[in-house]
Amino acid sequence: MRRNGPLALVFHAIFVIVMVAPILVVCLVAFTPEGYLSLPTNGFSLRWFRTIANYPEFIHAFWVSLGLGALSSFVALLFAVPAALAIARYRFCGRDALAALFLSPLMIPHVVLGIAFLRFFTSAGMGGSFAALIIAHVIIVFPFALRLTLAAATGMDLAVEMAAVSLGAGGWTLFRRVTLPLILPGVISGWALAFIQSFDDLTMTVFLAAPGTETLPVRMFLYIQDNIDPLVTSVSACVIAITMTALILLDRFYGLDRVLAGKGDTGR
Amino acid sequence: MSTAAEERSARAPWALTAPALMLFVGVLLIPLAMTVMLSFHDWGQYKGIEPVFILKNWREIATDSYYAEMFGRTFRIAILTTLLTAVLGAPEAYILNRMSGRWKSFFLLVILGPLLISVVARTLGWALLFGGNNGLVNKLMMSAGLIRSPIPFMFTETGMVVALAHVMMPFMVLSVWAALQRLDPQIENAALSLGASPVTIIRRIIMPQIMPGVLSGAIIVFSLSASAFATPAIIGGRRLKVAATLAYDEFLNTLDWPLGAAVATLLLVALVLIVVGSNALIERRYAEVFR
Repeated sequence: MRRNGPLALVFHAIFVIVMVAPILVVCLVAFTPEGYLSLPTNGFSLRWFRTIANYPEFIHAFWVSLGLGALSSFVALLFAVPAALAIARYRFCGRDALAALFLSPLMIPHVVLGIAFLRFFTSAGMGGSFAALIIAHVIIVFPFALRLTLAAATGMDLAVEMAAVSLGAGGWTLFRRVTLPLILPGVISGWALAFIQSFDDLTMTVFLAAPGTETLPVRMFLYIQDNIDPLVTSVSACVIAITMTALILLDRFYGLDRVLAGKGDTGR
Repeated sequence: MSTAAEERSARAPWALTAPALMLFVGVLLIPLAMTVMLSFHDWGQYKGIEPVFILKNWREIATDSYYAEMFGRTFRIAILTTLLTAVLGAPEAYILNRMSGRWKSFFLLVILGPLLISVVARTLGWALLFGGNNGLVNKLMMSAGLIRSPIPFMFTETGMVVALAHVMMPFMVLSVWAALQRLDPQIENAALSLGASPVTIIRRIIMPQIMPGVLSGAIIVFSLSASAFATPAIIGGRRLKVAATLAYDEFLNTLDWPLGAAVATLLLVALVLIVVGSNALIERRYAEVFR
């Protein structure tokens, strides 16, 4: 294959700089020693990270986001694992329609989902509750949980299961001792990707969150709407660090290229 | 005995998918249907929502030029964002694909990683870079001699398109990247050995083969941009409304839920029609590539 020419490499360099610049600038400004938005030209300071401690609403929102992400991804998997096993193994009438339905939250704009859930949960008398947030997040992260579990279940060697059955294993034992360990990398990665999606969602959650159940992105968004100061950059830097950690874990367990390749055709 | 086993295997997929199916019907399909119904309800400042069937909201959207302008802006921004990501993302994916192993995976990570980083944080980065008329972007471009006077980015459609293109770029690169993986490098070498110039190779060999990737990437980028919320809300401010931010305002500030539901329903229907329609067109045009 031919190599990239100098012109292509210049294009590539500019492209990468532009892609990284906004994220980098947020992280840099977070370390400013000044009281206003500026790049840290006179040395680095943790001043704005310490300031976060004076804003309990950010701390609280962080715990809400963490709990919401962890719990909703787990619940989504409880539903997604059996569904993925069924879709991977059986050819049955309505299989494609079911798969399309389960992946549909990817295609429905999150603003529409937010409105639909707001209307639904308000009518059900659950408006602004944490339970409502969990249910809504289970729906939006479900496709990610399903897709990675599905990939693992499709690639699984059925002969191992048959061997277990011939040795007398059945039902729950078969699932717990044979099937689940075999698809576990996919399940864990599905959980991690679902967690990131839940942790980062703003558009849908902003409709559902009430004071007390505001997630970190919602808190950040509402804060930015009023004013942009270094505090919100230090909070963003923390969020970026958390996502990066999850990304590295995901890469270790599963290979990030596979995860992202699965995310690429969300529109289909 | 075999019939019992057969019966069980016929029932098994339904038993396994039933919980998820009930969840989706109960808390996805029903809420969506309720939203569509809500758009036909009446609303008044003092009486609140009245569950009657009227076309008031739809008539208001159809006749008031404010909504035409707002939807026009929404789709204009989405189209420009899509074009920008295609024009820059497709060549980048091609360049990336020609890099050697270690660099390739490193830069792929750098370009796709932002996909998983909070949109609020990424948009905040652009707000910092734009920063009024003496933001970093303007300073850089002016010192490079690209522009004479600063371009206003904050609270303009230009700024929204630039920031949205950044947010959506990974989807385009991924989609073109996937198409490039199906491409046989030997074809390129064959063309080269037959004396084709690099320009001819790109135009006659590469372009036609990655076009399905560009188009499916374009569909993803378009539908996500047209319904984007965070970026237009932060960069566009309170005055420059798009469909998603308008629906948000109707729901959480004006409290005219039926009108907001109508805007959301229209956005959903328009997007579904556009996505399904263009998918069908692409599949018919490029049937041989997908086979």
